Amino acid sequence: MTEPILSARNLVKRYGRVTAMDGADFDLYPGEILAVIGDNGAGKSSLIKALSGAIQPDEGEIRLAGQPVSFASPLDARKAGIETVYQTLALSPALSIADNMFMGRELRRKDVLGRWFGMLDTPAMHAFAREKLSELGLMTIQNIGQPVETLSGGQRQGVAVARAAAFGSRVIILDEPTAALGVKESRRVLDLIQDVRSRGIPIVLISHNMPHVFEVADRIHIHRLGKRLCVINPREHSMSDAVAYMTGARIPEGIAA
Amino acid sequence: MSDTPDPVVERNTRETVAQFDTRSRSALDRIQHFLHQYPTMVPVIVLVLSVIVFGLVSPNFLSAFNLSLILQQVAVVGTLAAAQSLVILTAGIDLSVGAVMVLISVVMGHLAVNMGIPAPIAILIGLACGAATGALNGFLVTRLKLPPFITTLGTWNIFLALNYYLSGRETIRSQTIDAEAPLLKFFGTRFEIGGAVLTYGVVLMLLVFAVLYYALYKTAWGRRVYAVGDDPEAAALAGIQTRRVLMSVYVVAGVICALAAWSSIGRVGSVSPTSFFEANLESITAVVIGGISLFGGRGSILGPLIGALIVGVFNSGLRLAGVDVLWQLFATGWLIILAVAIDQWIRKVSS
Repeated sequence: MTEPILSARNLVKRYGRVTAMDGADFDLYPGEILAVIGDNGAGKSSLIKALSGAIQPDEGEIRLAGQPVSFASPLDARKAGIETVYQTLALSPALSIADNMFMGRELRRKDVLGRWFGMLDTPAMHAFAREKLSELGLMTIQNIGQPVETLSGGQRQGVAVARAAAFGSRVIILDEPTAALGVKESRRVLDLIQDVRSRGIPIVLISHNMPHVFEVADRIHIHRLGKRLCVINPREHSMSDAVAYMTGARIPEGIAA
Repeated sequence: MSDTPDPVVERNTRETVAQFDTRSRSALDRIQHFLHQYPTMVPVIVLVLSVIVFGLVSPNFLSAFNLSLILQQVAVVGTLAAAQSLVILTAGIDLSVGAVMVLISVVMGHLAVNMGIPAPIAILIGLACGAATGALNGFLVTRLKLPPFITTLGTWNIFLALNYYLSGRETIRSQTIDAEAPLLKFFGTRFEIGGAVLTYGVVLMLLVFAVLYYALYKTAWGRRVYAVGDDPEAAALAGIQTRRVLMSVYVVAGVICALAAWSSIGRVGSVSPTSFFEANLESITAVVIGGISLFGGRGSILGPLIGALIVGVFNSGLRLAGVDVLWQLFATGWLIILAVAIDQWIRKVSS
């Protein structure tokens, strides 16, 4: 098989006496959708946070395209091309949709005003934001300048996903993207996930929703007790298999008990 | 991507309304949404109404001379309120602005008059000291993670003590400044436009607000200030270096306080270590009445300018109407409470 674009070996993270990650491994291959599932408290969040730079593991190694990397902050991960949509969305409710999409990487005008006085290129940012939202079929939003807090939960999710899709160059991590959404809006986000994958960007999808996971994932990483238990192919296993592995009711073949 | 509404957008909009808004919108709801969108409208309405009412009560009030006098009177506190707004936009508060201003005026006076340093250099050193006081506040807030309220309560006392130490509690008199360093009184210079008498201090205040307006709305820095004030965790996850932004806010606030210090020498005419004792709270009053939320991230930078003008208008109007000064305090108190109550009410729109 080809080399993984993003991989981790033997990650350990302790919080006082609690060990959130206990030798966790991870592999994401180019062009795939990898779902990460696991019971509450299995350490999925810690794994994802380590990959996105939000926490720093105590031990272990993360490699991006074969090169060892260490992310001191989400900004580092972002600079390396890893975009994350957090469950909290990391949107600023009082700011506009366009402001949120460009938060931390605003566009400046190319003329003197931009170079000397830092003037923002608002028209360009608005046009770009509108284009990205339209691409995802999320333009039920009439005004790109309206504050995010006036949007519905689904629309907010759309803005956050659009932001990641617009800027993620190597990997996109989606943490529970459909958890807060209705059926129709979930549908759109799933379509969007496949759309992003078809452009060649691999996706890590953390979700509790088994039908969604089995619908879009190419491989499923099952996390249990702080480490990777196994990786299964959704076409060879059923949802109840996955749940059984996840909860420890059954041990997958080839794993020593 | 034209601006004509396409049918999909139209349909979805109507669906959303049907889903979430079962009751019909009352007039009150519409006002609430309007104010949510334009939070500065409250102080604007209060200002316009109070000007009309005081103008009806005492005809002298509306003279160009009196209105320009109000501008002169609010120039120093207004400039200070600009600094205060920046800090409050980041969900902080700066109790030290008044003490910084008086300290810097003493520094400028001491250097230029007592030590004979050329006035322009004394002023530059004063501005640098203003930046340093802001950097100290910023360091304590961002690095030691102390709450801004406590940090600036501490530095307020420290700067006050330094001010007494440096000045020996002695006022530098107006005549001495005129003789040694008239540049210190630059912002007290008057000029006339059609019966209105303004000072350069008024121009400075308006200029500070204009520059801040540009910086907050037209530059990346401004958008980040709002983002950090609104939700610091979200801002950090979105890739903003929140500590750096906060630090810059305190430093800029310190420099604006130093500008206010220079302006205050022109306004008072002398350098007095015991002047402007209430400037702290007056600046917070202007910001709150101006509709900037104490919880951060909300409100227009032009609000505090209007807030300062409201306080000035009440002062002048009540005095001209022959009302006891205590009623001015009484009215300001209610304005503050009203402003905060409206802010709380507007915030409920989103939930």
